Amino acid sequence: MAEFNTSVLSKGKISVINLNGYLDAHTAPTLENNFTQLIDEKCYNIVVNFEELAYISSAGLGVFMAYIEKIRENNGDIKLSNMSEKVYNIFDLLGFPLLYEIYKTEDEAIKKFIGE
Amino acid sequence: MGNNLKSKDKNSKELKVKSKTDNLSVIRDFISSNAHKAGISTEAADNIMLAVDEACTNIIKHAYKSYPEGEIIIKINYDIKKFTILIIDYGKTFDPTSVPKPDLKKYYHEHKVGGLGIYLMRTLMDDVKYTTVPGKYNQVLLSKNISSS
Repeated sequence: MAEFNTSVLSKGKISVINLNGYLDAHTAPTLENNFTQLIDEKCYNIVVNFEELAYISSAGLGVFMAYIEKIRENNGDIKLSNMSEKVYNIFDLLGFPLLYEIYKTEDEAIKKFIGE
Repeated sequence: MGNNLKSKDKNSKELKVKSKTDNLSVIRDFISSNAHKAGISTEAADNIMLAVDEACTNIIKHAYKSYPEGEIIIKINYDIKKFTILIIDYGKTFDPTSVPKPDLKKYYHEHKVGGLGIYLMRTLMDDVKYTTVPGKYNQVLLSKNISSS
């Protein structure tokens, strides 16, 4: 069984989703639920920390596409951080860095939101 | 990576699973362990594993339309030069002959991605061939040249 779990933390006005394990067609609904819940709670400033993510397939990439327009319409954003080279390469292959801001560290991503 | 294969050696392995997404990790482990046995680099093995995941995800979602009792058969063959994976299903025919490059603007407004898996398969593998016998079976053959990996 693919191991995947997430944790959501509030850091001031920013919500941070930490990803852990394997994000594929089987586990993508877990992350979808995180986004749905944050949007319900009107938390639109979201950082996704990829540090513990071992693997992503296009089903996982699709999750980011599902919510980004709605979040930006509400003056928020999904910013990504701490990607391994392997995971970044998949994002890059599909042109995702044109659409999403990707930072080396979670702190950098948070600072972009608070305008530091 | 140590490749202990001799030029005459041919190796075959087969895995049969039901069309459920929780089997994707079983499929990935099967591909990854055999790719390592074939002496393929970790990076190339990861790419093959992702391509096979994408092919099987498409089968589960499109050929079997998420019906969980369909059969997926995965046959690996490798020798010193080439690693091939043949994936067979008995679901609905799926013809991906023309897959455009990913159009992120379109995805952005549609809130979903379509065809990314096939694009990844074609990018990550050296060859992708679909064959279908309508009403009987579909198969996709993925190949990776070991020398180029």
